[in-house]
Amino acid sequence: MAFDVASPAGTPSSDTPTPARASIAARTLRTDRWWLPPLLTSVGLATFVIYATVRSFLRTDYWDAENHYLTPFYSPCLSESCVAGSSHFGTPIGELPGFVPLAFLSLPFLLGFRLTCYYYRKAYYRSIWMAPPACGVGEPHERYTGETRLPLILQNVHRYFFYAAFVITIINTYDAILAFGGENGFGIGLGNLVLLLNVVLLWCYTLSCHSCRHVTGGRLKHFSRNPVRYWTWTQVSRLNTRHMQFAWLTLGTLVLTDLYVWLVSSGVIADLRFIN
Amino acid sequence: MAYSAKLRVWRGDATSGELQDFEVEAEEGEVVLDLIHRLQATQTPDLAVRWNCKAGKCGSCSAEVNGRPRLLCMTRMSIFGEDEVITVTPMRAFPVIRDLVPDVSYNYEKAREIPSFTPPEGLEPGEYRMQQVDVERSQEFRKCIECFLCQDTCHVIRDHEENKESFAGPRFLMRVAELEMHPLDVADRVGDAQDVHGLGYCNITKCCTEVCPEGIRITDNALIPMKERVADRRYDPIVWLGNKIFKRNGA
Repeated sequence: MAFDVASPAGTPSSDTPTPARASIAARTLRTDRWWLPPLLTSVGLATFVIYATVRSFLRTDYWDAENHYLTPFYSPCLSESCVAGSSHFGTPIGELPGFVPLAFLSLPFLLGFRLTCYYYRKAYYRSIWMAPPACGVGEPHERYTGETRLPLILQNVHRYFFYAAFVITIINTYDAILAFGGENGFGIGLGNLVLLLNVVLLWCYTLSCHSCRHVTGGRLKHFSRNPVRYWTWTQVSRLNTRHMQFAWLTLGTLVLTDLYVWLVSSGVIADLRFIN
Repeated sequence: MAYSAKLRVWRGDATSGELQDFEVEAEEGEVVLDLIHRLQATQTPDLAVRWNCKAGKCGSCSAEVNGRPRLLCMTRMSIFGEDEVITVTPMRAFPVIRDLVPDVSYNYEKAREIPSFTPPEGLEPGEYRMQQVDVERSQEFRKCIECFLCQDTCHVIRDHEENKESFAGPRFLMRVAELEMHPLDVADRVGDAQDVHGLGYCNITKCCTEVCPEGIRITDNALIPMKERVADRRYDPIVWLGNKIFKRNGA
């Protein structure tokens, strides 16, 4: 085998003199399907982004007037452009032009929350930016500065998006509770269970956030002096171990919830009612 | 049942080297290090390999098996097919000395850059008192056997030699976190984590956690909490204001 002194990725990454590492030209010697997880991640994220973008601008079938189901993609609906009944907090904002999503007050914060989330960062750094695509697989970039400078240094604002997402999850919960009172009064249908499942998982995702873990108790040096915060931190830490699962589950339940409301409100399917 | 395993081992030194193919007998229940030793005993007496405890506790036999950073003594042959070619190379992030032995002195240099445990002034050894609940979080990090597999797999230095100067790597950022979380340590480590040890380079892709033979959750329990502490200090005006108003210096 021919060899030369090269970087492990096979391509020297800068003009810095490369120490004499083992000369192995291959980008990786991994023999497993290391490319599959980043591929699946990319497909999953792209699917959600396309669906959410289309739905956010569609402005139809987001409110089921009979059962009072409101899709989370249009909550809170605060504009006069919203259909009657869907504005649970009134309509303090006038008509909005078509290029502005009706949930323009929540969607940017929810997007920011997920974009700066420590799990999603791992997911898209690996699958989209390929830094690195998988462990032990050389990345294609010549230089790497990580999150030390703009724009990626802005990832440090994650906690503010967490605060906003916390408030928005309360609003989603309120929407789900209101949905138990439809046109005919109290009732329970499959849509209620879908909305409820969605908010429970949204709470799991939001509360399992690493910033939440830090804010509740992670920043403390002495747990013994703060037993309540320590207990809270312990509970958040238990959720935090499943943050990745909640991240994916909530993408699924958001789409499922929206799709269900879409299909019911457009009359494609009828809501399965259990009570009233 | 014994079979003839196909090994492909990198052999060479700092000036040159290549992957060489061997067939080595493998017995049931063996690990890759057993085969390397058998190779040494039967075919290549000058093969260099660093090892010591053969129990996954000394951190000496770190290498890469089929491109994945692993301890040779903890990699069972049973995870490979009998026909599979098993490629063994030295850790690729460090300069090679010979065959499977790398020069890991980068790690010792980085270790020296971290100020040691700093107790409060006037508190003498023997007077330290702390609650178990306060120390157990950082005790997880004490499980580290310093195999440096996390350093090896971290793309910040693995793929970018030039970052070695400004980036301490996950093992030593975890050491900073361990001291920062210690209830009796009073040194200011948050600023240094970002400025001296290069915490900002970490993009939390978790390869360090994936390869850790001790199962330490390096990213979730050390690196991200340190990033959040840096955010407290550098990027959160509300925390800054709260610290000023309530005159608090950590809790």
